[in-house]
Amino acid sequence: MCKRVVNETGAIAFAAMSLPLFPTGGDPGPNFLDLLRRSAALESTGGLPARVPTSSAGSLGRASGGAAESGRQQMTAVPHGTTIVALRFAGGVVVVGDRRATEGYSIAHRGIEKVFPADHFSAVGIAGAAGPAVDMVRLFQTQLEHYEKVEGLTLSLEGKANQLAQMVRANLPMAMEGLAVVPLFAGYDTRRKVGRIFSYDVAGGRYEELEYHATGSGGRDARTTVKLGYRDGMSVDEAVELAVKALYQAADEDSATGGPDPLRGIYPVVAIVDEDGYRRLPDDEVAESFSTLLGSLERVRRGEPS
Amino acid sequence: MTMPYYVAPEQVMKDRAEYAQKGIARGRSLVAALYGSGVLIVADNPSRTLHKISEIYDRVAFAGAGRYNEFDQLRVAGVRHADTKGFAYSREDVDARSLANLYAQFLGQVFTHEMKPLEVEILVAELDAYDDDHQLYHIAYDGTVVDEVDFTVLGGDSTTINDRLSSSYRRGWPLAEAVRNCVAALAGPDRSFEPADLEAAVLEHGSGRRAFRRLSNEDLAELMAPPAAGTPSVSPKEETDVSAQTGEAPTPAPSAGAAGDEAEPPEEPPAVPEADGL
Repeated sequence: MCKRVVNETGAIAFAAMSLPLFPTGGDPGPNFLDLLRRSAALESTGGLPARVPTSSAGSLGRASGGAAESGRQQMTAVPHGTTIVALRFAGGVVVVGDRRATEGYSIAHRGIEKVFPADHFSAVGIAGAAGPAVDMVRLFQTQLEHYEKVEGLTLSLEGKANQLAQMVRANLPMAMEGLAVVPLFAGYDTRRKVGRIFSYDVAGGRYEELEYHATGSGGRDARTTVKLGYRDGMSVDEAVELAVKALYQAADEDSATGGPDPLRGIYPVVAIVDEDGYRRLPDDEVAESFSTLLGSLERVRRGEPS
Repeated sequence: MTMPYYVAPEQVMKDRAEYAQKGIARGRSLVAALYGSGVLIVADNPSRTLHKISEIYDRVAFAGAGRYNEFDQLRVAGVRHADTKGFAYSREDVDARSLANLYAQFLGQVFTHEMKPLEVEILVAELDAYDDDHQLYHIAYDGTVVDEVDFTVLGGDSTTINDRLSSSYRRGWPLAEAVRNCVAALAGPDRSFEPADLEAAVLEHGSGRRAFRRLSNEDLAELMAPPAAGTPSVSPKEETDVSAQTGEAPTPAPSAGAAGDEAEPPEEPPAVPEADGL
């Protein structure tokens, strides 16, 4: 009896095209991407306007927009205009990202944000072509929340990391065109009570990092700095201090990474994810940690003890 | 060859309505009411995992009474609609009214065209982002939508509960008072509820983008505690307010129609000292 009802209502949904209801065999479950694909298939008969994510990539984003038109060679000259640093501390993770977007050799945007809350207990930082990257984050955020609401449970941290890997992999054709997106995913694993970091490659490979990772064009410089200062079981403040230092050093070496901009009041995004969830440090606190850093660097230059 | 009997359409509709009403009457009821800083929904539901109240979107909540599998299907469809819409346009473009209309269309369609109507009654509630203009859309099994003011009751015993709640409802009451009175209205004179027998959630400002928050058993126990006992969580201001109310209780009783057998403070006090105590 019940089964018949579901089938009947499903059939009606297809006829009436009002509510996104599906017949038992074709239900997308808690998968938002699948839902978009299916409702896009229904759209021909007049359903909700929905974008298929694979074709939507590159539709927005200033940093890559101009480059996309001027051809493949130009685009490959716009690689990862970013530095994202993530590192673990005793009770969670710190994720830091600069604010600069570049278009070739010029600065496209000074205040773009590249670190976002993916959900309450995780953060995602993006490097690569800004348009598809921001789109991917939006889709990822929606996917996590959609799953949570439909299923009544949150995905495990590893489940979230795998979801993101699938999205990066789906972007591979775009990556071959030069619009690569390489995210860095970090969060607090509420079941294991630790912070965890996942890095990705262009092809959707997913790797868990046990201590720290940095991605983007300044990632290498940032990693070196973190490597010299990292130790297990740091406190939040120490972790923030080290991440800020790494970002500063990356901005110092890499033209596509922006440092602190006190004139305009633009500072890198510093996000902390721990057992209380995601929180972003207010700009004045970030400004303060940069000025402390600059003070100690200055003392080092003068040969005073820091 | 058999010929189908002629049945008058009035009769068909009546039968269907009766069938749906019977199904809904078998289910447990729920109450949704506005309070000082948002919307409160309380359901008679002992299950911890099979929810009658759920989140649809940032400021939109859903509640269903009747057949679980049917309203849960509607809930999931609502989440899908809202998430798709928010993704295609913007988060602020998702609203309760359009969702309520979609539900109404669907329920109406099923009611008139299908063998079996859906045995559900649903509620779509929205917290106003900027003001206190919160919305409660009550959608019946046949697709009738009612834009409710102040509060609404869904499920089996709705008229009796409605009467009880209308005698105790007070605009802008604080959360604790709202919880106590909604629970009392749900329970009636013969029953009493423990926090574990109930499912409750609020849509409230101040908890970030997602306004939906479930009230845990501990939250409920704290909110349901009788105010006269002077629970430490209750502010002194609210305490005096409540004691003024109970002190008033014996005098204006006769005016309330269906009241008398209730343990409720009957009428709203003339002066409301503070709107949002909690």
